[in-house]
Parts: sequence; C-alpha cells; structure tokens
Amino acid sequence: MAFSPETARPLNDLVNVLLRTNATHPESTLSEGERELIGTYVSAKNDCFFCQTIHGAVASHHLGDTEWSLVQSVKQDYTQAAISNKLKALLAIAGSVQQGGKQVSTEQIEKARAEGATDRDIHDTVLIAAAFCMFNRYVDGLNTWAPDSPDLYRYRAQKVAEYGYTHEDHYLPPS
Amino acid sequence: MPHIQLNNEAPGIRSLVIYRPDTGKSLYELAQALLRAGSPDSTLADAERELIAAYVSNQNNTDFCRNSHSAASRYLFGDRADLVDQVLQSPETAPISPKLRALLTIARCVTADARTVTDEVTAIARAEGATDGDIHDTVLIAASFSMYNRYVDGLATLTPEDPAAYAAMGERMGTLGYVLPTPN
Repeated sequence: MAFSPETARPLNDLVNVLLRTNATHPESTLSEGERELIGTYVSAKNDCFFCQTIHGAVASHHLGDTEWSLVQSVKQDYTQAAISNKLKALLAIAGSVQQGGKQVSTEQIEKARAEGATDRDIHDTVLIAAAFCMFNRYVDGLNTWAPDSPDLYRYRAQKVAEYGYTHEDHYLPPS
Repeated sequence: MPHIQLNNEAPGIRSLVIYRPDTGKSLYELAQALLRAGSPDSTLADAERELIAAYVSNQNNTDFCRNSHSAASRYLFGDRADLVDQVLQSPETAPISPKLRALLTIARCVTADARTVTDEVTAIARAEGATDGDIHDTVLIAASFSMYNRYVDGLATLTPEDPAAYAAMGERMGTLGYVLPTPN
C-alpha cells in the first residue's frame, strides 16, 4: 500500500464502503462485525495469515468476542458456530466465491433469501469474498511482513473500528 | 440470468457498477490506476497490462473479462494484435519478450495460489529487466482480476456471445479507459 498510493486509495475506499458504510444502508441486514467475519472466513480459506488475523480482530472487536472464540469457531466450522442461519447461508456463498465465481449456485442464493438476506446482502457478500481473494493474493504474492503479536492486532482493530481503513499508517501502538 | 435484480441490461462488470456505483467507483479507479497509469518506474505498456488481465481471466474461465480485455489489448497492440491470441493459446512459445513471459508466470502463480510466488520466480523476472513497479503491478493486476472475475461470475452477469460486441468494448477501453458508465 505504501509502495503504491495510486492504487492504495481506491483499495481503501472499496473496503471502507463495503465493510463499513454499507452496514448502515436501509436495505442491508449485515452488520460491520458480520461483514468482517465474511472477510476473515475467506482469508482463512486462502490461508492468508495477516488478513485473517487483522480482520478477525476487527470482527471480534465489533462482536464483543474478546477471546476471539467466535471468530475461531467460524473459521473452523461455521455451520456449528453461534451465528444466524442467514449468515451461515451467506458464508456458504462466500466459500463458493473463494473457489471460483461459477461455483455459486441458484440453490445457495435461494437459501440465503429464505433466511432473510436481501439482494444487497447477497451482492455485498459476493463482492467482499471476491475482494478478499484479491487482498489475500496481493499480501501473499508480494510476500509482505506480518507481525505475530495478538496485542498489536487488537490495537489496530480498535483503531480501524474507530477511524476506518487508511494507507497512512498511524495505527502502530506508541513504543 | 443474474442471481440478483440489477435493474439494467448491461453486460458483465458494467451491469454491476451501474447497479452499485458506490463500490463501482473504486473498482473502476483501481482498473484505471493499474491498467493505464501504473507504478512510476514500471516499463509495462498499456497493451501488456491488458494482456495480463486477459491472461488471468482466461485462467479463471471468466469469458466476459477475458474477451473484453483481450479486445482492449488487441486494440492497443495495433498491428501486433495477433500476439494476444498467441499468448492465450501458448504463453510458452508466443513471440513476446522474456520479461513479459516471466511476468506472466508471476501472474499465473498469483491467480492459482499467491503463496507459490517464490523468490526464484521474481528473480527470473528481475534478471530479464522487470522493475519493482513491474512486479508490483503484475501481482496486483492478477490479484484484482481474481476479484473482478469472481464478482462477474459469482453474480452470474450477462455475457455477450457476439465477438463484434467485444471489439467495440475493446476500442472504448483502449481510447477512453475506465469511466464509470451511467444507466443509459
């Protein structure tokens, strides 16, 4: 992101609109925490350590999941996690998108609708899943450095929840 | 038929960004920054950037993106337009520079599984003259088309079958670049 500010700006705009602004749209039933969970789930399926850890931390922050146990259960087996049936149906769509766009079936869409998902929710789920297939590849394709400390991710998650995503990195804890 | 009600008859990505300009704006700005401007030290021509996009879309089996970006690449290559189909059919033997061939290998690794982009793969590209900007742009073009392809296919958007439709798109993309469409 710092290497290429010209592309960082639309990338940050995209996640801010998808993961944050749209959560309050009248036709959206997906909260910020649920949107972050979808991004975390896709990042785990792509085995991207940095993305699944930071977005997992942001999801946990929004959902009051202080021990990260809910996020862990979604990554391990979302069908058994303590989340709504609607979110499970949307995670199934996200999982198909991760495999390839053509894997999304009409049955999966109908199931999500039957559980209360709006067209807007379905659109956002597909684009969140697709966008994380990009971010994961960008981060891993350039073999970027990722910190280990969970506290650092917790700190950044709190800043992201408060101020949103930005490429001007002022989210490092004071040393 | 698309999986959700898009309220317009446009094909592929255009139907999605007309439906949702809030996300469409960033998606088009990203395409413009990557496929036209590029990193300051990059040596890649616009025709080559479009070719990488078409190559990745071909690997992901997304016909709309492959056909439209192939058409844009052909338009921009001008009298070397035949290169596009030669690369899609046989990237190993197509008459392109060793640098572009090495960058296409990086794009293929990113598309399949980004963890397979090894130091060796990037070292080969550097030895053939690729700059850091070339490598960055190639990785992000491949990554972004791993998004665009999934977005277009994941919502089952309309894919025209007439090659003439894509030739017109290619000319528009080659001359105007990526400008957010309006409903009519």
